Amino acid sequence: MDIITLQNKLGLKALNISDPTREVHGGYCGDLLSWVMGRATDEDAWITIMTNNNIIAVASLADVPCIIICEGCEVDDELLNLTRDKGINLLVSEDSEFTVAGKLYGLLNN
Amino acid sequence: MNEPINFHFKVDGSNFISAGEASVNVKKLLRQVGIAPDIIKRVSIAMYEGEINMVIHANGGTADVNVYPDKIQIILEDVGPGIPDIDQAMQEGFSTAQDNVRSLGFGAGMGLPNMKKYTDMMKIESEVGKGTKVTMEVNIP
Repeated sequence: MDIITLQNKLGLKALNISDPTREVHGGYCGDLLSWVMGRATDEDAWITIMTNNNIIAVASLADVPCIIICEGCEVDDELLNLTRDKGINLLVSEDSEFTVAGKLYGLLNN
Repeated sequence: MNEPINFHFKVDGSNFISAGEASVNVKKLLRQVGIAPDIIKRVSIAMYEGEINMVIHANGGTADVNVYPDKIQIILEDVGPGIPDIDQAMQEGFSTAQDNVRSLGFGAGMGLPNMKKYTDMMKIESEVGKGTKVTMEVNIP
């Protein structure tokens, strides 16, 4: 599933789309950065509530197709600029991590 | 024997928010010299974990990445407090990170295990009160 389809189906707000062609075939939920780097693949949407600058380096190194920030957590301008610099797709949901993961799981497995 | 391509970085220990800059740069540099994406991912994540450790525990240090025809070597050196018990530090979940670092999503005790997981060789030399040197290698198939 491409990023734009994901955005529409999950009702996400796109804060930065640098590469709309990235494909999502799975997901990884987590707020502990080393777990994400150890486990997330380059086909997993990263579902998190973390919004500090370090998430951009982690997303870049793990090469995830996008970050989905949950609970409508606020993203500051500095983070937004970093997503553009590093070419990271960043989306926001008002839902909890549980709900986003559940919806995504349903989408990918139906 | 061919001379390796060397990338040298100073890791700033005072700025936690921009920590990891060297590793993100390495990712870019390795792509430019034509290294395969899966190798780049392993090298850059292992290096990032090491870099973060140097920032959290040792007030920074230096990082060297040497690209050989058959392997990539990462050498991280600091003059921090040293690791008293390396076996204990290697255990998943063991961490001595402070709360402020944990609140940013670090300090899960997965850094050193990730470094080992993503590399083909990892050696830690550490002396309490003197510093730590971590050498890692990822083979190029």
